[in-house]
Amino acid sequence: MQKSVFYCALAAAVVLGGAAGAATLDDVKARGNLNCGVSTGLVGFASPDASGNWEGFDVAVCRAVAAAVLGDPQAVEFIPTTGKTRFTALASGEVDMLARNTTWTFSRDTDLKLDFIGVNYYDGQGFMVPKALGVTSAKDLDGATVCIQTGTTTELNLADFFRVNNISYEPVPIETNAEAQQQYLAEACDVYTTDASGLAATRAAFESPGDHVILPEIISKEPLGPVVRHGDNEWGDIVRWTLNALISAEELGITSANVSELAGGTNNPEINRLLGSEGTLGDMIGLDSEWAQRAIMAEGNYGEIFETNIGENTPVGLARGLNAQYTEGGLIYSPPFR
Amino acid sequence: MSDASFVRTEMLSEQDPPPTSVGVIGWLRANLFSNWWNAILTVLCLAVIWYVLSGLLGWTLRSVWNAGSLNECREIMIATWGSTHGHACWGVIGDRWLQLLFGFYPPELYYRPILALLLLFVALAPVLFADKVSPRLLYVTAAYPFLMPWLMWGGSIWMPIGVAAGFVLAYLVGRKLDGSVPGLVLGILSAIIWWMLWLGFPIQAEVFNTGLGEILGAGLGKSLATISPDIAPFWLETVISRNFGGFMLSVLIGVVAIGCSLPLGILLALGRQSNMLIVKAICVGFIEFIRGVPLITLLFVASTLLNIFLPPGTNFDIILRVMIMVTLFAAAYMAEVIRGGLAGLPTGQYEGADSLGLNYWQAQRLIIMPQALKISIPGIVSTFIGIFKDTTLVSIIALLDPLGLSNSIRADTDWNGIYWELFAFIALMFFIACFGMSRYSMYLERKLKTEND
Repeated sequence: MQKSVFYCALAAAVVLGGAAGAATLDDVKARGNLNCGVSTGLVGFASPDASGNWEGFDVAVCRAVAAAVLGDPQAVEFIPTTGKTRFTALASGEVDMLARNTTWTFSRDTDLKLDFIGVNYYDGQGFMVPKALGVTSAKDLDGATVCIQTGTTTELNLADFFRVNNISYEPVPIETNAEAQQQYLAEACDVYTTDASGLAATRAAFESPGDHVILPEIISKEPLGPVVRHGDNEWGDIVRWTLNALISAEELGITSANVSELAGGTNNPEINRLLGSEGTLGDMIGLDSEWAQRAIMAEGNYGEIFETNIGENTPVGLARGLNAQYTEGGLIYSPPFR
Repeated sequence: MSDASFVRTEMLSEQDPPPTSVGVIGWLRANLFSNWWNAILTVLCLAVIWYVLSGLLGWTLRSVWNAGSLNECREIMIATWGSTHGHACWGVIGDRWLQLLFGFYPPELYYRPILALLLLFVALAPVLFADKVSPRLLYVTAAYPFLMPWLMWGGSIWMPIGVAAGFVLAYLVGRKLDGSVPGLVLGILSAIIWWMLWLGFPIQAEVFNTGLGEILGAGLGKSLATISPDIAPFWLETVISRNFGGFMLSVLIGVVAIGCSLPLGILLALGRQSNMLIVKAICVGFIEFIRGVPLITLLFVASTLLNIFLPPGTNFDIILRVMIMVTLFAAAYMAEVIRGGLAGLPTGQYEGADSLGLNYWQAQRLIIMPQALKISIPGIVSTFIGIFKDTTLVSIIALLDPLGLSNSIRADTDWNGIYWELFAFIALMFFIACFGMSRYSMYLERKLKTEND
């Protein structure tokens, strides 16, 4: 601890020549663990359990990358970030990657100098109302009071939606999802709006979930995905193709249960290329040939991760919907491993 | 003529006061029902207290303690009382209380923060209760600032020893040169050189190729640490700052801020009253700047802005950054509280000190400060309490203090939707700490009271 005091104090005086710009992959390998920025807590996506182990849908992506790069899914340092600190943490190098339900938007990708390496969850903003209100469409919400988290894209989407439909609303600004639950249940607002996945998780925690309905309208596109810094494309490739490996694994029927067996070699050349028994895909991204195998073994393929953390058998209870494989009518689609 | 006397010759025996003016009834009449207006107020207040307590106590006491999730709690409530309303689910505290206290600190190492806390009380005892314990305990107090970080963060014992040695060196050099200003500067300089030797130069290792160069580059302390690695008395398992959390983090930041802000605040207050123009300007500028910005701004500077300004790859501990910022913030407020105390002293005290031939520091130490600090006790303690409670703001920059953890705990599907129970527990912990501080300040004021009023 004291060490860093003096390093800092002296860093002001001593100019460190050319310390910048080492490749993230080398840093991660030298450090022996992956610094992964996650949410401070979002149901189903990232949360610490009673003994401090992080788990969730976003957390699984971190673990897969750690397994691919370092060979150990536990070699991850989870760094909780808030909506306000997440991008600085990434830009300053405090975290190597961000897996924190972050919406991919134009300005974030370009102006903030971030690289969204794909989409691991297609979300969209929805509305929840008490069933007793008798509302069946968001367009009936004229004059409603709406609980809304401030400083998020949801706030802007809401304004857009009501303006386009030429109806009025009264916002009740709130800070956190937990506060929103309390306000909504205390009937301080008629409607609660946030991402549909968040609404489902919130509703699942109610005493009588059946008394509340989530309206059919989804008023925004919220593609959530892992993020890396601009400028280190090799590292971006590793994170991107680790996510793609998880997605392809589901498509190809590779699960955490059968991956070791399939790694021995199969008749399907794409499986062989992915798992490293054929070709040299691992070399091309600076890893060994079994990187994808380890990534899949960490928490399972995309479908398995979905089912364990937010799927229909969990309290969050989300259907695959847009997040089904493209072969099953969803948008989850990985470029080929070739 | 009769000698009938109009003066009673025997004393009347003493009688009990009327039953309505003694005992419980007398007290009630005097204090609660002295007139009809007071009686109305009393009845109204009792009604309100009853209304609040009946809800609150029912919620607190008719509650579920053993449950693994909110849904389990609700099932038990339905089975026991037929309704989930008006019952607390303390199961979440039972499940997560260790996490709320220690954050993600490794459970097998819990003894270290506990030991650090116990040692804190030992170290504080000679300061807080100087008349009751042996002054020898002051050695513990002196060692504590170096011992505590070692216990909390772990690592090699040569680190804290080296840092402490630097202070000793500065003191010795300063004393050798008789406390003069060049002595002060030389003392500080020698300490800095010592620390550079001990902790290693912040220059890349490639610069050094020889064996001696390597030792210098890594620092004597580190080199010593490699000679005696992993031996129990010299080495404690390292715990990284990211694993600090919960109430432990609040207490850590609070104690450091409180401990450092008082001396800093005294210096700033004296500097502000100084006749030396530059010292005065620096102190006034610092105090007014820090008091002019909200703490949350300073925390954001600590968490995000510093990251951008510091060279990439600099590993400047986040908790350390926060502690520095909170300390600076507290020191600025402390300086103004103490300045109030200084202003409350009559000029006669300063003149008296001068007439005794005391120099500036002697006068401050023996005459001015003891009185000024005594006047300022209520203000100092309320600054302490305020700072301790302000530590919860660190949840905004994603440090997991109790409030930050409450959010993480709710993110677990088991406890999603739980709200008041967590806050009640956190509030209780803070209340105990703050109430303790407040009672101590009242005790101190009584003890130091010299006027006979």
